[in-house]
Amino acid sequence: MTSLVSHDAAPSAQPAHAPVGGRLVTVPFLIALAFVAIAGFILVQRFAHGIGAVSNLSDGYPWGIWVAIDVVIGSAFGCAGYVMALLVYILNRGEYHAMVRPAVMASLFGYGLAGAAVLVDLGRYWNFYHMMMPSYAQPNSVMLEVGLCVATYTIVLIIEFAPAFLERFGMDNARHKLSKVLFFFIALGVLLPTMHQSSLGTMMVILGHKLSPLWQTQMLPVFFLTSAVLMGFAIVVWESVLSALGFRRIMETAELARLSGLMVYTGLAFVVLRFVDLAVRGQLGAVFGAHGAVMFWVETLLMIGGIVMILPVASRRRGKALFVSSSLFLAGGIIYRLNVYIVGLIPAVGPWSYFPSLSEILITVGIFSLEVVLYLVFVKKLPVMHAVSTKHG
Amino acid sequence: MSVSRRNFLKRAVKGSAAAAAAACTTVAGSPQPANALQREPKPLAPEAVGLLYDSTLCIGCKACMSACKEANHMPQEVGPDQPWNDTRQWDTPVELSAKTLNVIKVFTDGNATQKDHEKDGFAFLKRQCLHCADPSCVSVCPVSAMTKDKTSGIVSHNPDACIGCRYCVLSCPFGVPKYDYNDAFGQIHKCQLCKHRLAENQLPGCADVCPTGATLFGRTPDLLAEAKRRTALKPGEYAHYPRGDINGTVGGARDGHEKRVEVAYQSHIYGERELGGTQCLSVSAVPFDKLNLPTNVPDYGYPTLSEGIQHTLYAGMVGPAAVLGGLVYLAHRNTKDQHDPD
Repeated sequence: MTSLVSHDAAPSAQPAHAPVGGRLVTVPFLIALAFVAIAGFILVQRFAHGIGAVSNLSDGYPWGIWVAIDVVIGSAFGCAGYVMALLVYILNRGEYHAMVRPAVMASLFGYGLAGAAVLVDLGRYWNFYHMMMPSYAQPNSVMLEVGLCVATYTIVLIIEFAPAFLERFGMDNARHKLSKVLFFFIALGVLLPTMHQSSLGTMMVILGHKLSPLWQTQMLPVFFLTSAVLMGFAIVVWESVLSALGFRRIMETAELARLSGLMVYTGLAFVVLRFVDLAVRGQLGAVFGAHGAVMFWVETLLMIGGIVMILPVASRRRGKALFVSSSLFLAGGIIYRLNVYIVGLIPAVGPWSYFPSLSEILITVGIFSLEVVLYLVFVKKLPVMHAVSTKHG
Repeated sequence: MSVSRRNFLKRAVKGSAAAAAAACTTVAGSPQPANALQREPKPLAPEAVGLLYDSTLCIGCKACMSACKEANHMPQEVGPDQPWNDTRQWDTPVELSAKTLNVIKVFTDGNATQKDHEKDGFAFLKRQCLHCADPSCVSVCPVSAMTKDKTSGIVSHNPDACIGCRYCVLSCPFGVPKYDYNDAFGQIHKCQLCKHRLAENQLPGCADVCPTGATLFGRTPDLLAEAKRRTALKPGEYAHYPRGDINGTVGGARDGHEKRVEVAYQSHIYGERELGGTQCLSVSAVPFDKLNLPTNVPDYGYPTLSEGIQHTLYAGMVGPAAVLGGLVYLAHRNTKDQHDPD
């Protein structure tokens, strides 16, 4: 089997990956493009008149959905490449090989667009390059570590995805050379998300009493890493089921069943650890009445729903059950991260309140729409998906 | 099959719960500050200076607020019901903001007739940067835009370095740093203890104009000693209250005044211990939670927790380097293995 790292010996050999093909300009494609254009229009206002002109951000809630959804949640969506590389190349589970390249591509979009979103949110974006300059570096800052780590990882993802490009444009020589050193970038591609996904949790430790006791713990890095792995599994399962339906491809049933097993155990570990942590901190009572208790239950019940749905092994071979379960896990992970970054926040010297403005939401929608547009272009034009005898005509 | 599966799951849950409990106990549950993942608290800067605010002396004249605006060239605050371009109006700040670095706030209860009484009374509070011994804003800043002076301990901000991420705004436990959201080139604003005036041996604007000595400038240890003297006073006693600089050096010597202590001070000196201590201290006759200051806080700064985690995981980058070594080995071996044709 050949995949991300491939040494196809015979030129006549059937390629492992192939473009899905088909028409590019479709109705969903145009709708997504329209949302990108709307976001572009709002961005002009943001850069001409300031963050306040388009958003409901305030000194009580200086970070809104642009950070919580576009970066913190968006990068978790980008963890598909991380978990697949971990499985296939570190744990040597070659059976998942076919899923690596689409996963790496999803990660590339997730992280690349998180980086773009950061530039929208930064109040003094023209100084952004200071993050990369040792003369400005402040090594105690968790954000510096996250920023540098994410930037490096985005480059690593581009290198990891490069074989698809090189294959498409017939640059076999370059591809062959790259494949000799690719193992190093694969290793980096596993280390870096481990670092910055956990650090996204550490970022909020310093908030102290400004974060509800339901979420404030020094275990935040562990929960963020676990939720990143969980959401990584969930997005791979979700995407596989959906693209099997959307592009009428044959589902990789056996692999998906095993993968969803890993997903369900990760979800179980997350929920158990959450309650154990609350108990150890003496905050079990906080689940009834502390700031954000309702959203705590939403988060927890979504996770439990995801677990229950595919706990019976037989259900892991049913596309519908897998789809619902992975959707619930994704929703649970999204709500957990939203809770830590927005819902659980108790601003100093209020009263403050926050709900994103329409313009703010449309910028986030535009960024995710751009992700959809790029996904469609890449999948249809580049050898990303595992080559199978598809049924589409 | 299903029974053994259930047993397996039970054991898995029990086992992972036990492991998790052990991990959580080590990390989060051990008695503070013996926590394995906590760095040492930072001591006060050697020449730490600050302000002592005495709520019982404050008459709410707000001279400090206008002096602060003047000293720092800060713009007027325009209320939501005022036309923004009306130049004849008063400055009307109600809270710290990107335009206001210092504000006097008032607590009221019931008919609000008696000064410094919790019941049916009122009391003032001055809000400005407290210049923490272990400031969160400095710890979080990725580009060293927020810094703490090694000698004076003054926390100041450099907009030319700042990337505008607002992590300082988010992390400050007292809600002090503020960002200007209505400016396309907005920046962070906070009290910098008028360091430009101190450099010319002048008092910070607020302490310079305070008529009653409610805002007193000085070295933090001197201010703490003064705060202790005041909190020990009994109602009915007469006491001497200095003005300007407690040592009479910065801004020149000034007369103090004698005043009768009307209401008993709270024994609590705000800033002595809170979150690792602050260089600006407050005393009051009304409990500080009534004055909207966070009181249920640990006596170590929150950076001890976050930096504790980071310094443990990333000490000398040895951990990440070792992990990377292992990953490189596995990735190299496994990519070779997986090359055999399908």
